[in-house]
Amino acid sequence: MTPNLLAGATAVITFVFVFYLLRRGVLREKYAVLWLFFSGTALFFAIFPGALVWLSATIGVAAPVNLLFFTTVFLLVLVSVQLSYELSRHEMRIRRLAEEVALLQQQIDDLRDRDEHE
Amino acid sequence: MSERSLVAIPAWNEEDSIADVIDKVRTHQPDVAILVVDDGSTDLTAIRAQESGATVISLPFNVGVGGAMRTAFLFAQREGYQALVQVDADGQHDPADLDRVLGGLSDADIVVGTRFHPDSMYFVGGPRRWAMVLLSKALSFMNKGVISDPTSGFRSAGPRAIALFAVDYPADYLGDTVGSLAIAIRKGLVVRETPVTMYFRQFGRPSKNAVWSALYLGRASLAILATGLKSNRTPRSDVA
Repeated sequence: MTPNLLAGATAVITFVFVFYLLRRGVLREKYAVLWLFFSGTALFFAIFPGALVWLSATIGVAAPVNLLFFTTVFLLVLVSVQLSYELSRHEMRIRRLAEEVALLQQQIDDLRDRDEHE
Repeated sequence: MSERSLVAIPAWNEEDSIADVIDKVRTHQPDVAILVVDDGSTDLTAIRAQESGATVISLPFNVGVGGAMRTAFLFAQREGYQALVQVDADGQHDPADLDRVLGGLSDADIVVGTRFHPDSMYFVGGPRRWAMVLLSKALSFMNKGVISDPTSGFRSAGPRAIALFAVDYPADYLGDTVGSLAIAIRKGLVVRETPVTMYFRQFGRPSKNAVWSALYLGRASLAILATGLKSNRTPRSDVA
């Protein structure tokens, strides 16, 4: 029973922590929902280990724990790719903003110069 | 020809050479406007450039040659320039060649100054040379016309190229040279080349050392491949 207790406790802590971050407004909803869903699912299987055994048998996976690991790794890879995508987009946008800021600064300097000469 | 032309000089910590480069450009082309894009320098590059009478745009942090050049293309587009020539800030390019690099725009959208020609003193060896030959072959094939020196930073752009690069100019390693040419060719722009003189660096260190050279081939191929595989529409997230 101890492994299930450990899994359950981890799931509950994750759930509460993510919920706390969401309430404080630090984490955006679109990411929070994902982690809440993950921890919710983990909690479900911790409480009902039989569900995992049944699911593995139905799909045809010999060891239930393999199904768990496979799904977890797959989902984490998906999340990483999504984060890389978001990061690339933000880098592009920040660069774009830096370019615009520099152009605006030059225009301001230009106008100020013209003002002084008048 | 040079009345609505802009010489764009991307500069990152080049306080020792920038004033000299600006003076030389002005001697050879008294009518062109000179823009220095200060790419987040921590030295006196911007002040030296201003003292020499150039227009200076200072980026808040270092974004790389690609980002600096896109800023220059945006500036050129908004200010209505008909031609833009890129010149390096370290004094490697001879402003005496500006006439030829600019003049070539009468029958091309982009003119690349090539450092490989019979009279050239320029030489590269080893893996870097193989990479350059391969890049040149790939781009020349795409272009249906020879581009012997695709990594040359001495190049000019006409109105069509300015409009394209103001929106889409790659910021990755080699993207500003090889990648931008690939994009232009894919959009159907005419790319030609003209021989130029290449000087050894006046000051500062080369931006690519021996270790980089070894990785050069892979990264360069990736740059071309990425452009080849990229969808042809303008990148959404990158447009204002």
